[in-house]
Amino acid sequence: MLEIRDLHAKIADTDTEIIRGLNLTVKAGEVAAIMGPNGSGKSTLSYILSGRDDYEVTSGDILYNGESILELDPAERAAKGIFLAFQYPVEIPGVATMQFLKVAMNSQRKARGEAELTTPDFMRRVKEAASHLKIDPDMLKRPLNVGFSGGEKKRAEILQMALLEPKLCILDETDSGLDIDALKIVADGVNALRSPDRAVVVITHYQRLLDYIVPDTVHVLYKGQVIKTGDKTLAHELEANGYADIIGAAA
Amino acid sequence: MNVTQLNRQTAAEAQLLEAYQTALSELPGDGAVMVARDRLLHALKTQGLPTRRIESWHYTDLRTLLKAVPTAATELAPAVDPVVAGSTVLALSGGKPTGSAAVDGVAVSGFAGQLLSGEAASGLAERGADDAIGRINGAFVRDGYVLDVPAGADLADVIELQANQAGGQSHSRFPVRFGAGSKAVIMERHRAVTENAAFVSSVSDLVLEDGAEITWIILQQQGAGDTHLGQIKIVLNADAKLKLYVINAGGKLVRQEIHVVTAGGGADLTLRGVNLLGGDSHTDVTLTLGHDVPNTTSTEIIRNVVFDRAKGVFQGQIRVAQDAQRTDARMACNTLLLSDEAEFSVKPELEIFADDVQCAHGATVADIDKVHLYYLMARGIPKKEARALLVNAFVAEIVEELEEEALVEALEGVIAGWLEKHG
Repeated sequence: MLEIRDLHAKIADTDTEIIRGLNLTVKAGEVAAIMGPNGSGKSTLSYILSGRDDYEVTSGDILYNGESILELDPAERAAKGIFLAFQYPVEIPGVATMQFLKVAMNSQRKARGEAELTTPDFMRRVKEAASHLKIDPDMLKRPLNVGFSGGEKKRAEILQMALLEPKLCILDETDSGLDIDALKIVADGVNALRSPDRAVVVITHYQRLLDYIVPDTVHVLYKGQVIKTGDKTLAHELEANGYADIIGAAA
Repeated sequence: MNVTQLNRQTAAEAQLLEAYQTALSELPGDGAVMVARDRLLHALKTQGLPTRRIESWHYTDLRTLLKAVPTAATELAPAVDPVVAGSTVLALSGGKPTGSAAVDGVAVSGFAGQLLSGEAASGLAERGADDAIGRINGAFVRDGYVLDVPAGADLADVIELQANQAGGQSHSRFPVRFGAGSKAVIMERHRAVTENAAFVSSVSDLVLEDGAEITWIILQQQGAGDTHLGQIKIVLNADAKLKLYVINAGGKLVRQEIHVVTAGGGADLTLRGVNLLGGDSHTDVTLTLGHDVPNTTSTEIIRNVVFDRAKGVFQGQIRVAQDAQRTDARMACNTLLLSDEAEFSVKPELEIFADDVQCAHGATVADIDKVHLYYLMARGIPKKEARALLVNAFVAEIVEELEEEALVEALEGVIAGWLEKHG
């Protein structure tokens, strides 16, 4: 589903290279965890996958279902089914959460040639998804993410993911700032989306989240490259021994 | 010398003077009114239209910007449904009332009556030497509506003063008195029904008696070739509260002046402005606000969205008199410049003579927040729609402060409609 080939990328307008020859393949149905120390390029990778123009791909390619997505803008990638749950969801005053959800869902449907949702159908879907994630309906009456607590913001991200039904879900440090109860709710939300035709990329610092979202593969990112790939036991190894051994072996 | 003087007269100035001669026989007024008109016209003739050398017109050089004054006789401009469903409509066509002039619980009459009786004469005087709008309107005004809202009245329905025009000239006036403790919502709406060029002047003259709580909305929707010169003069007596919304969503050359004086403690002004500017238009909102007595408050927030080659101006002058202690005045002007050729000039002016006051002003100019745009796009909203959503949010915030839901919805509809056409 996702194939990253020898990717090099830098911060636009500078020469700071952050991704330095990264290779990664994630198959449909797979949950891949990406771990790595601070500054290894994890969040940058998530932004590049989503199409943020603050970063520039200098060489290599990103294939999604066999096609390069480098030329697509974020909206086009989203319409094709790529979803990034942000580490820091953005507060947008003046944009009502419900309006945002409706416009986003209908924009994607339109791009795929599907009919727009009727208001009752839309309301029903939101209500259902919100109750699974234990989201207070009053929260949805507020402007997008404005005044949401850290946990509420993360839950709102997963709500969007559930409603937009993407094919490739990228979770960027979704566990940060969550207490254990919120973490379980969010993990349940993600697990509910696991399916043979959907892939999930979980970016995280810690093993903790992976106890609840159990990965099929674990990849260690360091200095913009995947330096080791393994199964879920690799995450436990990292938790026990830290990154030093692996980094030392790769150096 | 005389020859030079004549050569200096612009085409628009000549057309204005000519229009007066043509209209003279039809302009309503008793002797005192006609004397007042002649005096105003004489001032216009000798001083000409204001230029950038007049301080209050520095960013809107009317003499240069006003290219022509249409004189064509106007056809009837039919009324349309009000902005807020269920409003009582007082319609005008080309500055003259049409249809019925009745509002439950309010004394309504035509302004022409006050001109004919001479009652209007003193009110026609200009505010000062730079009062070009007062001069033009005073010389040419034909009609309008006079409203008297009785003390204690609580009007359930919005009153919409719907000034329609189909090109040519319209000059109207709206003297309105709100009795003590009265409550009302008034929509002063100016709209073009054709693409014929128009030259419009409109003066509203408001007195809020003690404790009146009024929402007044000026919704300007003139055509892309029209000149609109608006002025609202306001006296706030003790504990009177006015929410004044000025929404500019049309016109080619627009100046809306707001002149407020506080005459009693506890008076409060909430001014909110939304300027939606596009094309080659020039739009100027100019405020003078006198905190003249102790214990009065005001907040002013102006939000501007500027597309294409449009130019905007906001001048906000707040004067705090020497004995006006415990004044609290806060002014902000925020602009989204959405094209490289768009311009907005902001001139805040605080003149404070008292020492125990809170006064602040701030101005920001920005483009759309890139991170906001990225976030919306990352959810599949195409760039154009995402931008429109953010622009709308920027101004909708102001409108959402209104308590009346029907009003918020109606104004949001106006804004969304404008953005759809121009965004």
